[in-house]
Amino acid sequence: MKILVAIKQVPVRDSQLRPSGQWISEADLTFEINEPDAYALEEALQLKEKHGGEVVALCAGPARAQQTIREALAKGADRAIHIEEENLAALDTLGVARLLAAAAKAEAPDLILTGLQSDDMGYGQTGVVMAGLLRLPHSTIIMQAEIQGSALRVKRELEDGWFQHIEMTLPAALTIQSGINKLRYATLMGIKRARTKEIRRLTAAELGGASPATVVIERVYAPQKAKQAQIFEGDPTQAAAQLVEKLRFEARVL
Amino acid sequence: MSVLAVLEQQGGKWHRMSFETLGAAQQLAAAMGADLEIAVAGAGVGPLAQDAAAKKATKVWAVEHGLLKDYTADGYTAALEALIRKTSPALVLLPHTYQTRDFAPMLATRFERALISDVIGARVDSGEPVFVRQFFQGKLNGDVRPAGPGPHFASIQAGAWRADSAEPGTAPVETFAPPLDAAQIRQKPEPPFRESARAVDLSAAERIVSVGRGIRDKENIPVVEDLARALGAELAASRPICDAGWLPMERQVGSSGQTVSPKMYMAIGISGAIQHLVGMKGAKTIVAINKDKDAPIFEVADYGIVGDLFEVVPALVQEIRKIK
Repeated sequence: MKILVAIKQVPVRDSQLRPSGQWISEADLTFEINEPDAYALEEALQLKEKHGGEVVALCAGPARAQQTIREALAKGADRAIHIEEENLAALDTLGVARLLAAAAKAEAPDLILTGLQSDDMGYGQTGVVMAGLLRLPHSTIIMQAEIQGSALRVKRELEDGWFQHIEMTLPAALTIQSGINKLRYATLMGIKRARTKEIRRLTAAELGGASPATVVIERVYAPQKAKQAQIFEGDPTQAAAQLVEKLRFEARVL
Repeated sequence: MSVLAVLEQQGGKWHRMSFETLGAAQQLAAAMGADLEIAVAGAGVGPLAQDAAAKKATKVWAVEHGLLKDYTADGYTAALEALIRKTSPALVLLPHTYQTRDFAPMLATRFERALISDVIGARVDSGEPVFVRQFFQGKLNGDVRPAGPGPHFASIQAGAWRADSAEPGTAPVETFAPPLDAAQIRQKPEPPFRESARAVDLSAAERIVSVGRGIRDKENIPVVEDLARALGAELAASRPICDAGWLPMERQVGSSGQTVSPKMYMAIGISGAIQHLVGMKGAKTIVAINKDKDAPIFEVADYGIVGDLFEVVPALVQEIRKIK
């Protein structure tokens, strides 16, 4: 069985973000795998351990994304495809998904996995759009995936603590919810092996070219606060005492 | 020109976010000088369509087919695609629910458009809508504009518009029977279920101490347990803590967990992603303790301490013990 996992590189959590025109300044930022994609990768590795086959990591991003791709290979992906483009921000989610789908199509995988959303853009649709473009059945926000022959049975998360099982036939595409499994760490041996694994580089031009955006980000900016919180900083003991005072005599909740 | 509001129902009951989306759609349609049409899809949606007809709109479409009885991504995509091809709206708005997230990106793809998901605001500029949505888990906002001819697609975040902002009126109902074929529906859904009866009902708690990623390790959980004990509070958590198994799932607050509205909610090391905020922003008094002064949690907080929780929380426990 061939499983293709679409992964994205995003700024690490708790990064100090500085808006710059239509996006952010990347100076001084460090990057890591998008967290839900890490769970998708882990799910692919576990399915491969159960059913055999191959895990191919697929990533669209600038040259820096190679670091994240290497980490996926170190965790156990067999090989990778890097759609190397410096200016993916000029595309919309459909444009990026078109490139990913074109690369995926050539691989003809049995299963495509990706995280349910990205921590940077947060549109939450790349996996579904890929399924749409490739005419694959799909399901989203998946907390469990079982394969028997060509039958796929998934547990989809609904709202307010509800779930649902859904069956479909492979090939298919799923978006994976964080927490579906327990993430592994790369081993030293894995890191060593990753150095010799294949990363195939493709450009947008080789995948049919960039399509004009149907959605344009005009600018990003710091949100205006809805409420003005009273903030205490500095010495922890003093800050704690000030907070308790407020909670007792102003909010009256203690 | 028209705006189409696609409302969500399940088993003949409205999703609570449906009329929030309708409020947004009425407001945008008026500002764009467009007609507003409403669609509700399912099997036996006549009564719901009649209900929606008591709102201000040009028309209500009852998208009716036996194959839409249980939600499937393929069924809903095909049915709404057919309606949109027939009515050619400039803009389609949906509530940003789990169901919308499952099918709307595919629906937009059928029209070679990208869905503008999880919108928190909108305005009309030179006759065209401009949407506001969050990036980086709510740390930044962005203005997003659809480009080129419609239909464009956007989904509305929970709570971004008020349901009671949807204006009453009268609208004619028309039934639309989409051409569906069982063979084109590839997902076979089973009935929804809950894992187990909830042993912990956080919704009844007067005080809640909630912990997030900032706690860093399972071994550090006693730090916040101490605080919960000192306050006589229930202990809760954001999703990543429950995912990691550091606290049981039944203590999770947020869109996939419980919704709470205690007198006091103390968020410790929680950055405040929207999925968490929707579960707790109804709390009367919100306290946030976080080392990142730009964390979105401070936007909903009444009081906050910017600092290292491992220093602040023990100090807070001492101060609380002094007065008890």
